[in-house]
Amino acid sequence: MADLLIELFSEEIPARMQTQAARDLSKLVTDGLKEAGLTFDEAPAFVTPRRLTLCVNGLPDKTPDISEERRGPRTDAPEKALEGFMRGAGVTRDQLEEREEKKGTFFFAKIEKPGRPTGDVVAEVLEATIRNFPWPKSQRWGSSSLKWVRPLRNILCILDGAAVDLTVDGFTANNKTFGHRFMAPEWFEVTDFADYEQKLLDHKVIVNADKRADAIAAGISSLTSEKGLEWVEDKGLLREVAGLVEWPVPLMGSFDPAFMAVPEEVLILTMKKDQKYFVTRNPETGDLAPYFITVANTETVDGGAMVRDGNERVLSARLADAKFFWDQDLKGRLDDNLAALDDIVFHIELGKVSDRVARMKSLARKLADFIPGCDATEAERAAELAKADLVSQMVYEFPEVQGVMGRYYAKAQGETDAVADAIRDHYAPAGPSDTCPTAPVSVAVALAEKLDTLVGFFGIDQKPTGSKDPYALRRAALAVIRLITENGIRLSLQDAVNAGIASFAAQSVAMKDTSQDFGLLAFFGDRLKVQQRDLGVRHDLIDAVFAKGDDDLVRILGRVDALGSFLGTDDGVNLLAGYKRAANILKIEEKKDGTEYGADVSAALLSQEEEITLFEALGAAETDALVALEQENFEASMTALSTLRAPIDAFFDKVTVNADDAVLRANRLALLAKIRAAVNTVADFGQIEG
Amino acid sequence: MASVSATKGMPFQNIILTLQDYWADQGCVILQPYDMEMGAGTFHPATTLRALGPDSWNAAYVQPCRRPTDGRYGENPMRLQHYYQFQVILKPSPENMQELYLGSLEAIGLDKNLHDFRFVEDDWESPTLGAWGLGWEVWCDGMEVSQYTYFQQVGGIECKPVSGELTYGLERLAMFVQGVDNVYDLDFNGAGASYGDVYLENERQQSAYNFEHANTEKLFRDFKEAQEECAKLLAAELPLPAYEQCIRASHTFNLLDARGVISVTERQAYIGRVRDLAKGCCETYLKKIGGEE
Repeated sequence: MADLLIELFSEEIPARMQTQAARDLSKLVTDGLKEAGLTFDEAPAFVTPRRLTLCVNGLPDKTPDISEERRGPRTDAPEKALEGFMRGAGVTRDQLEEREEKKGTFFFAKIEKPGRPTGDVVAEVLEATIRNFPWPKSQRWGSSSLKWVRPLRNILCILDGAAVDLTVDGFTANNKTFGHRFMAPEWFEVTDFADYEQKLLDHKVIVNADKRADAIAAGISSLTSEKGLEWVEDKGLLREVAGLVEWPVPLMGSFDPAFMAVPEEVLILTMKKDQKYFVTRNPETGDLAPYFITVANTETVDGGAMVRDGNERVLSARLADAKFFWDQDLKGRLDDNLAALDDIVFHIELGKVSDRVARMKSLARKLADFIPGCDATEAERAAELAKADLVSQMVYEFPEVQGVMGRYYAKAQGETDAVADAIRDHYAPAGPSDTCPTAPVSVAVALAEKLDTLVGFFGIDQKPTGSKDPYALRRAALAVIRLITENGIRLSLQDAVNAGIASFAAQSVAMKDTSQDFGLLAFFGDRLKVQQRDLGVRHDLIDAVFAKGDDDLVRILGRVDALGSFLGTDDGVNLLAGYKRAANILKIEEKKDGTEYGADVSAALLSQEEEITLFEALGAAETDALVALEQENFEASMTALSTLRAPIDAFFDKVTVNADDAVLRANRLALLAKIRAAVNTVADFGQIEG
Repeated sequence: MASVSATKGMPFQNIILTLQDYWADQGCVILQPYDMEMGAGTFHPATTLRALGPDSWNAAYVQPCRRPTDGRYGENPMRLQHYYQFQVILKPSPENMQELYLGSLEAIGLDKNLHDFRFVEDDWESPTLGAWGLGWEVWCDGMEVSQYTYFQQVGGIECKPVSGELTYGLERLAMFVQGVDNVYDLDFNGAGASYGDVYLENERQQSAYNFEHANTEKLFRDFKEAQEECAKLLAAELPLPAYEQCIRASHTFNLLDARGVISVTERQAYIGRVRDLAKGCCETYLKKIGGEE
């Protein structure tokens, strides 16, 4: 058994690509080894900013021997055919065997392929891996024709302690690697992974990214606790920073508390996104503290003093910029920004951002009527100011804080909390896991924003197709669904869409789609199904309810829910079976007769007790179900249907539908049609599976 | 360096002189700034055109850069409409280019035993030059001090061999080295002159010109003329003067942009026009030097 160690040493690999690269290296190499028939115990991969490493344990010395027999031409075939066969099989005439089979006598060749040394396979597989590595972006360098994420500098490849014989585009695989770029740049030889990991550690490189992340977390914890501070473990940032250093050295720095006047969101953004710093908090108040942690890649001779000082100066300059924007923005009012929205094109066919704001205003006011507790004036005001921060200096510099800044500026100019919060929240929810607004004014403006987007882009025929959804319309539709259903808002989607269409019409925007709803209702239906499927709801139940043509999402889901519970009971299962039986018989007979049976049953023609009982039960159930539906008591409508179970079962037990008497038969088929109609008042049971 | 005080760091002009000496020692041709207005040192034909073709080429130079929209009338401590880049191009990019680069930082007083250097992903693309490359921004103690790029394409043409390009933002670098927060406070020569003494008034007046006084009618005319002249020169197979017209068109566009007379939609069209000129120059240049397209 042999162990394989590969290290592809390069210039700095972007942090965001490292994790996937380690996975890809492991997969490409082990797939190649497996394909050649090699087995192994495990193949862990590692990555640092400068190296991709793979260790494959427990490989055999060679691939298995293969012996196979190949049938050649018949013995009476022309000589040319035989020559071709021998050439292809790599055998000579004396190695052939003649054997008689049903169709004649044939030549047979026995081919023995001895196993190949593992090293040969490794060399081939590694070369193919390097040449075909799936980097998101790769480059050439110098005069080399190879492509890698950044220039490749060395290939280490050792099997069982010795370098594998491999040369790729000028690189000859060896048993050497290099230490930390600054602290231990010299090269050294290694024999196996244990030796490699230890010697790297001695040369100031932690090869395992998880260990680097742990070291960073531990370092931050001790620095913060010394100062009586706490930090929130930020897994994403931890992983990214672990991808920026080979030898993590966390250092704590501070900034002028005067900058704390700037909203926390901006401070965090500056520290985290631009500088990759970890933020700290005061454990008692939970407020941001004026200390940060940066992770250096080196131990300096002054214990990090200059590194800390430099980072503090950089941060201070950035925060001074942010504070300047904040102060500048606060000198004016949000309302002063509105004129500038006239200069920003929202979409060439859909007008300026100012046009969009005008539409959102009218839409938010209309929607307020449907949202319990929503003040229409506040909704309109929030919509008016919702986009005003886009032209603030702060949002121009930090687009990520759009909405958040609007809230601060709204509060500063004395808007109500409801208005200010709605400005912040109106972009939400941004996806299935984002928080969905619940405050009435926020819901109104958030709905108005999404509806305006959907109606606009559907109207000019920019609907999503396949994987293309450049305006994120699927996300907008999901947001509408979540806002409505999670807040129990009762409104007709068609009415809401109409309101959107009206606001575009008021601005004389030319629309290309001439249909009543621009195809939006069907789109909402599809998105609802996708969303409910993700939540574990059966799509056939949604179809069954959707077939009823409702456009009130809350009611639709109420019905789906009741239907699901009902079908979970014995009554439900049996009723569905009875319904299917009735529908199937009808389908067959209707096809045979070339007609469609209506539910116009003649009471006078009913003779058997079971059909009379069923007829009466159907009448009562249909009436009860309709009344219950009217009251949106979906459970009661299901209960009404459940009374049909026994009469339907008895009917099929005792009554022959296809009676000899044609009139009688037609009446009984009409009775089946009545079952179908009565059950379908609640949902289209024909769409339900099972 | 004896003239530099230990606490204040190297004066602005000594940084330039030191970088020039350093790269001259590495075998670079030391050029003087190109005598035309341009937005970045990359526009210099010593980079753009010389990055094409098979011949090796190593050069370093200071290039004044003009970015009219970044003007702040001398009131912003960091932003300038006129500033300096130090540009190095090494073709083909040598194997030890990172080490050479770090050596240049050492030469201007940034000691690796005292500072934390980092290569942070930053890919470069110039839509106006039809060029792109991969590389990093280089951080020193969290501060970006250089751009480092391996050119892959210029003028839409594959670079073979690949050039390595280094761009030092000299003012920022000097501010870092000297520990100064306001660019105008930089020690320019170690003998009493500050950056403000040399350039503050220029920033004020040029900002006023860029934003208020530049004659846009004339600029539109200039753009068109440069475009036409470039096409004419390309037809005559004179890519070097043609490329100067391309530089002129690019800078004229930047001035028009600063005057706010180019709409968002027109912007793309203008960038496309400059790119077409750049592409034409690159193709003709390559043909002229006998390299293959």
